[in-house]
Amino acid sequence: MATGDAGTAGELTRLTAAQIAAAVAAGEVSAVEVTQAHLDRIVAVDPDVRAFLHVAGIGALAAAEDVDRKRAAGEPLGPLAGVPLALKDVLTTKDMPTTCGSKILQSWRPPYDATVTRRLRDAGIVILGKTNMDEFAMGSSTENSAFGPSHNPWDLGRIPGGSSGGSAAAVAAYEAPLGIGTDTGGSIRQPAAVCGIVGMKPTYGGSSRYGLVAFASSLDTPGPLARTVLDAALLHEAMSGHDPCDSTSVDAPVPPVVAAARHADVSGLRVGVVTEFSGGGSQGGVQARFTEAVELLESLGAKVVEVSCPHFTYALPAYYLIAPSECSSNLARFDAMRYGLRVGDDGTRSAEDVMSLTREAGFGPEVKRRIMLGTYALSSGYYDAYYGKAQQVRTLITQDFDAAFEQVDVLVSPTTPTTAFPLGERADDPMAMYLADLFTIPSDLAGNAAISVPCGLAPEDGLPVGLQIMAPALADDRTYRVGAAVEAALQQRWGGPLLAQAKELGETAGETR
Amino acid sequence: MTDLAQLVPYDEALSRYEPVIGLETHVELGTTTKMFCGCPTTFGLEPNSAVCPVCLGLPGSLPVANRAAIEYTIRIGLALNCSIATWCRFARKNYFYPDMPKDFQISQYDEPLCTDGWLDVVVDGTTFRVGIERVHLEEDTGKSLHMGGATGRIHGAEYSLVDYNRAGIPLVEVVTKPVTGTGAIAPDAARAYVTELRGLLRSLGVSDVRMEEGSLRNDVNVSLAPHGAAQWGTRTETKNVNSLRSVERAVRFEIERQAAVLDAGQKVVQETRHFHEDNGITTAGRSKEEAQDYRYFPEPDLVPVAPDRDWVEQIRASLPELPAARRIRLQAEWGLSDLDMTQLSNAGALDLVSETVTAGASAADARKWWLGELARHANETGTDLAALPITPAQVARVSALVRAGTINDKLARQVLDGVLAGQGEPDAIVEAQGLAIVSDEGALTEAVDAAIAANPDIADKVRDGKTAAVGALVGAVMKATRGRADASRARELILERLT
Repeated sequence: MATGDAGTAGELTRLTAAQIAAAVAAGEVSAVEVTQAHLDRIVAVDPDVRAFLHVAGIGALAAAEDVDRKRAAGEPLGPLAGVPLALKDVLTTKDMPTTCGSKILQSWRPPYDATVTRRLRDAGIVILGKTNMDEFAMGSSTENSAFGPSHNPWDLGRIPGGSSGGSAAAVAAYEAPLGIGTDTGGSIRQPAAVCGIVGMKPTYGGSSRYGLVAFASSLDTPGPLARTVLDAALLHEAMSGHDPCDSTSVDAPVPPVVAAARHADVSGLRVGVVTEFSGGGSQGGVQARFTEAVELLESLGAKVVEVSCPHFTYALPAYYLIAPSECSSNLARFDAMRYGLRVGDDGTRSAEDVMSLTREAGFGPEVKRRIMLGTYALSSGYYDAYYGKAQQVRTLITQDFDAAFEQVDVLVSPTTPTTAFPLGERADDPMAMYLADLFTIPSDLAGNAAISVPCGLAPEDGLPVGLQIMAPALADDRTYRVGAAVEAALQQRWGGPLLAQAKELGETAGETR
Repeated sequence: MTDLAQLVPYDEALSRYEPVIGLETHVELGTTTKMFCGCPTTFGLEPNSAVCPVCLGLPGSLPVANRAAIEYTIRIGLALNCSIATWCRFARKNYFYPDMPKDFQISQYDEPLCTDGWLDVVVDGTTFRVGIERVHLEEDTGKSLHMGGATGRIHGAEYSLVDYNRAGIPLVEVVTKPVTGTGAIAPDAARAYVTELRGLLRSLGVSDVRMEEGSLRNDVNVSLAPHGAAQWGTRTETKNVNSLRSVERAVRFEIERQAAVLDAGQKVVQETRHFHEDNGITTAGRSKEEAQDYRYFPEPDLVPVAPDRDWVEQIRASLPELPAARRIRLQAEWGLSDLDMTQLSNAGALDLVSETVTAGASAADARKWWLGELARHANETGTDLAALPITPAQVARVSALVRAGTINDKLARQVLDGVLAGQGEPDAIVEAQGLAIVSDEGALTEAVDAAIAANPDIADKVRDGKTAAVGALVGAVMKATRGRADASRARELILERLT
């Protein structure tokens, strides 16, 4: 197949990861053809979407050739071999830059692969490049990237969510069928929701953090982004599992997420609606779609009850003490001494001055804000009142979840209070930006599993709404089972995937930018 | 204040003030690999060759705790009679410094692995029980080399180099409780404590405790208060005091300095101080007002350490004979007085003597050589006994040569000097320098007759019964044989002829 054949190449980019893997395994299409089609798509639409910070065309084609050679030699192929993927630029890659969306790491080439990166390569997954993100994963819109924001494929004038907005936009724009994001306060689920795709935060420790440049160590969790629940499950399985290089990695088998994604049945399942998140706090269309989704679950045989989690309302303030505290320590290492940006080293200044000048020049305002917040919260005399108190709240939130999961199998809520907001709307209002993660933060603090699946468009703006499904730690499979059931029923109602309702990018390109 | 002219003479200081001392000792553990990664801990490798993403703190890297280091720490804690935590966490100590790869140190804060123990220390026959506040585990930093300046210190240096080979080497910190009641022997007590701790650590096999290579480093706390005062005085912390002698000198200097400050009606400033090996003084470092806020918080990249009780008991059961018990056993075996034994311990010669005995020497001989000739040599060259370039086996061989009559004590000193000077093994030195005693009776008789003939006046005195004068004739024989004669046999031969 000629790579210049736009029609066929276009079709390839519309396939799901499962379909691509099957076609490659059957020899119906080569991994190189699939990869080239996606590279072409990137060339065509990424100037508008700006999902990628770095495209590794040569490396991607070489990885694809490797898959084709293995297939030709009759070697066994993994379930996602030959499938292209967009990797968030917060996971280290020894053959690509790793910037974390920050000027301070603009020139850095890691000497090692993250465990997740290595597992992707081992699975024959083709890494197309590194995607844009809010600097050091701090933000909900990608507007905090030092290299400019990414754009929502549904409406290029709007945010793609964040911090994994680049990966989400790439998947939604058919630049890649799969993406890797990381979730600290909602950074996978929120961009998935506003881009109309599937995004999963695994149980904390379910996927390795080794090689994930830390924002908040006790919260960071890498996870999959995809256009279908099954694709997300396939990627979840490929990237997860115990890693001896990460002390906080769970030493237990990966939950049976792929089987669960194929078992789209919620009959008899107990579903809890979180009272605190189902009131009037959300945009009208978001609330409407959420209510419909709950009714849908009931019609599919689930038993729906309301469950109160009284401490969830304290999750946001607790998070904004714990995450900045850890970040203030994690980001100390960017001191110009060993790697990355170095400013002011003219032979006359002290090491301390060079550190200070470099950090001043290299970090953006949101990163500085959080470093200062965290430094303050950990300071002697304030520790108990801030960091200590926040950890107590975290325990109470975990206890809320424990109590809730005694009554129900999963909890549901809208993923975000609003649909994608216009670029620039909240850029100068940190508190408004923080509210985008209101519903996603509790699962991060408790370390349990949560997924976002598309549940329709808000009538008032025609933009995607996400349904969040939360499950206990290590019960990640439950979220896939419920997500797959919702996906199947809604796609039947819509007559196809939600993304099919998005305008073609060619039609909108240039209109809003 | 470091104006030496204003120091209060030591005895005078002690007549007015009571010192309280405390020690914080950092010990590099002798594990094969580093605290949180698999890099080797070998000393003296090419700079920055024993490093990896973890000990360089590269973005994304994560620590994994070294089980052997935890075991070693528990071993130390048990030997120091501490309680071992059932559950504890590592903590981050945050501060910026170029030799800190992550700009925080993984340490322990309010949850140390071992707490509340003690170590008995003997000074001049008196036993002091030094309370142990805590023993905790942390990672070492890299090493900064300040180039181009005169002092090797950062001030005045043109540039600095950092070697990260040391970064991440497991480091145990042993902190004493305040030690009171030592009075004038505070400097000796401090030295004796470090000596005892060093011996303990060596016997446990957890560290090579080489102070000169920095694998054992001390911070010395000193405060003074007027006799009978209800409260202790303000303490200073003198950093990196890295030899036994320096520990003693640092305590002594701080007592003399603080006494002068207090005599002048001023207040001692709570601060860290630097010790200067060259002249034995301390100078001010950071004061409490400028002290860093380390913003400790539990290390989120590591899981808590919860040593299994069975494991702790296994470790306890595997402890070797500890130095104090060993001293009691050896003293009995060797038949030494308390004073002799204390002398041996204080000189750091116990292991050396023990090894010399094991190599075949008698305890008395071994003790004589190590505390005599070799101690003198160590003092002259300013090194520790153990650091002398001579092995216990070599000392035992010299002792055996004396026993066999091949050499006498005086020649033995020459042989020891030869070994110390790197001239080879004792036998080779005896051979090369022709030091063997003249045991040929004929040659000796000749020398005796010659001496009598050459000194008729002295010979007459001996004949007259003044046997004390025989020494002069023996001296003449020794001179003639260049010291190689058996002096007692020469004496016998002279007396045979003259009486």
